[in-house]
Amino acid sequence: MAADGETASPVAVLEAVALTKRFGALVANDHVSLSIRAGETHALLGENGAGKSTLVKMLCGLLQPDSGELLYDGAPILFPDPASARAKGIGVVFQHFALFDAMTVVENVALGLPGHEPLATLAGRIDDCVSRYGLAVEPFRRVGDLSVGERQRVEIVRCLLGDPRVLILDEPTSVLTPDESESLFRTVDLLTGEGRAVLFISHKLDEVRRLCHRATVLRGGKFIAEVDPRQESSAGLARLMVGAEVPRPPRLIRHELGEPRLLLRHLNVAGDGSRGSALHDIDLEIRAGEIVGIAGVAGNGQTALFEALSGEKLVDDPESIVIDKMPAGGLGPTERRALRAGFVPEERLGHAAAPDMTLSDNVLLTTHGDGAIVKYDVIRHSILKSFFRRIVKGFDVRFGGKDPKARRLSGGNLQKFVIGREVLRDPVLIVVDQPTWGVDAAAAAFIRTTLREKAAEGCAVLVISQDLDELLEFADRIAVMSEGRLTTPVPVAETSREAIGLAMGGAQTNGAHHAPAGEGSHAA
Amino acid sequence: MLDTAMLDATILGAVLASIVAAATTLLLASLGELVAERAGTLNLGVEGMMIVGAAVGYATAYSSGSLLLGTLAAVLAGAMLSLVFAVLAIWLATNQVASGLATTILGLGLAGLIGSSFVGTRVDAAPALAIPGLTDLPVIGPALFGQDAFVYASILLLIAVTWGLARTRAGLVLRAVGENHAAAHALGHPVRRIRTLAVMFGGACAGLAGAHLSLAYTPFWASDMTAGRGWIALALVVFSAWRPLWLLGGAYLFGAVSILQLHVQGFGLGIPAQLLSSLPYLATIAALVVISALKRGQGAPASLGVPFVPDR
Repeated sequence: MAADGETASPVAVLEAVALTKRFGALVANDHVSLSIRAGETHALLGENGAGKSTLVKMLCGLLQPDSGELLYDGAPILFPDPASARAKGIGVVFQHFALFDAMTVVENVALGLPGHEPLATLAGRIDDCVSRYGLAVEPFRRVGDLSVGERQRVEIVRCLLGDPRVLILDEPTSVLTPDESESLFRTVDLLTGEGRAVLFISHKLDEVRRLCHRATVLRGGKFIAEVDPRQESSAGLARLMVGAEVPRPPRLIRHELGEPRLLLRHLNVAGDGSRGSALHDIDLEIRAGEIVGIAGVAGNGQTALFEALSGEKLVDDPESIVIDKMPAGGLGPTERRALRAGFVPEERLGHAAAPDMTLSDNVLLTTHGDGAIVKYDVIRHSILKSFFRRIVKGFDVRFGGKDPKARRLSGGNLQKFVIGREVLRDPVLIVVDQPTWGVDAAAAAFIRTTLREKAAEGCAVLVISQDLDELLEFADRIAVMSEGRLTTPVPVAETSREAIGLAMGGAQTNGAHHAPAGEGSHAA
Repeated sequence: MLDTAMLDATILGAVLASIVAAATTLLLASLGELVAERAGTLNLGVEGMMIVGAAVGYATAYSSGSLLLGTLAAVLAGAMLSLVFAVLAIWLATNQVASGLATTILGLGLAGLIGSSFVGTRVDAAPALAIPGLTDLPVIGPALFGQDAFVYASILLLIAVTWGLARTRAGLVLRAVGENHAAAHALGHPVRRIRTLAVMFGGACAGLAGAHLSLAYTPFWASDMTAGRGWIALALVVFSAWRPLWLLGGAYLFGAVSILQLHVQGFGLGIPAQLLSSLPYLATIAALVVISALKRGQGAPASLGVPFVPDR
């Protein structure tokens, strides 16, 4: 799909020269340079914590560099605030969208544009932009009611109506189905064809190799290399990003499956009035020794499923959730943990861990009912400390100080900690939502290997993930969640990316590609 | 027979007029607070700003002999006190609840100081402004169209705020800042400047409400003359689910019950006076709770009460 062979103009529209940014003792960007040319798709590659976001924030005026300079068309320029960068045609689509849920699409777009254009004429311009670039959005819907893919299109449309020279896309495909990603790539090609520059931030190497003309690689806040991704292998790019070979988790070819550990029979959960959170008639069986993956685009009921499984929301029919032969639908989280189930929610800070509590106190959040650490309502500190040390040692959790607050840890280390906390409780069932979301490659590989080993020991593992590659890599069977319904799990060897991608699109794939017409009936 | 009917109509008209007057103070103050909150700042200093407005307005009007000058001074005083709050809560990112409470306490003290030499004096109340044709209507004529300028101002302000929030770009930006300040900042909107202006608008409105108290409703100065109306105004904003039109309903309901219970007390029905005095509060809470229950999950600006500190 990439505009192969085209020679991008050699003049950089926007260039960063030796930018340095410090936060206290941490050097987030250390003399980082980057140049983006008109008509090219430029990739910014790096692990979490490599300094990509900091660099982007300096490019768009959200942060000021401590040293170094920005060049715009070759001349030095300062962006003291986002408005000044915007005025020079720098548009950003953020990973965490800068949208206003309570407002309509057209209001959201108006907020990103200068001037006092009437909403009616603006809606007309949105429609033009939609048909020109293939970005299906409806101007008068409320943004809070839109799917993640639609919300991203709203952001892109908002940028495009400002006629940007540089469009920065921050991890754009992490929230999209394969099909939606394809249509985004087509849009990107149209944009570079018009002479605009696109900065494409990603850690998905295959995409970068297909789409981008050049790639700048960051690691640990430092500039590592600028390469032509079309000439590199994925493994080569990964080495540049990580600085070492990335281990692949072993797949166990054959192993005996044991008793069913999790049994869902006609699991129904009513929606809470907002979109897409109801579950319809879910059937699933997971046996000891296997990993079952649930793929799907965010917002299709995964959160409701996790809450129903963990006991945060009780279900009407207790028999519809059976954990290790016990009907558990009416049990709360602590009682389900007592059945030796472990749960790792998606959100690390605020759900899996209390940000302002120390790590050892966070251990207590899921272990207080196990009878060992807390006995007769007294916390036994020596046992707590030794359990805490086992997590830190066994799961290679790295942090400064002896026992810091949870929020001080990097995403990867905290995720290893919360996974370790569940795994060391010796569960017979583990349910993990987004096990490696926003986690660097080395930690992600470690987490997958750990879950794989746990399954080999006879634990049943349920992994909910939006990262299809991850599921194809280490799950035994994959089911797809779409609009609150779950397909029958299929062994990984008997399915393909395409088949799963199609199922992820759900009902939409029956009709026109992204025609949102079908969604109105579901909302009603 | 005819005489009694005429008398009844006159009494009814007078009661209606006093309801309108009582509601106007609340409407003015709560409209201003609504704008501040829609931009994302919770200012608990309404009571303080209102009483400073009342004191400064009265002092200026008494000294200069001009009600207009007094009113302008009250508006300015309310805005200035809210600026103190804004500097603390918006620019220094202090806790909004604590800063707002401090503003109220400061305002009560300042107003007592300013007003101390005016205790026992009187000014002429703001005159009723007749609207040709409408004022002569029976019963409702004098109640609705024989009022002073404050009443008309409150209605005009209501229309302006409703329309401005929903239909202008400035209103859209203000709502965006209250909804998601990080996103608004990323789009290049000056979050803290917009919030400061919204808070100052709230302060000006509270000052105007104070002037209405001391220059029209009860045209004298007493150190506790706001009597908690600032807090009622704050509660009305919450219960109206941050919608200006419901504010109108809430303010007039509260005004109506607070006047009517006085009349019921006058009849001596044997109902304890304390119970009757609490009726306006109970009625307002009950009505507005029912209304907001009907429209669940909407209303509160998502960034309300959260200080905004841009990265540097």
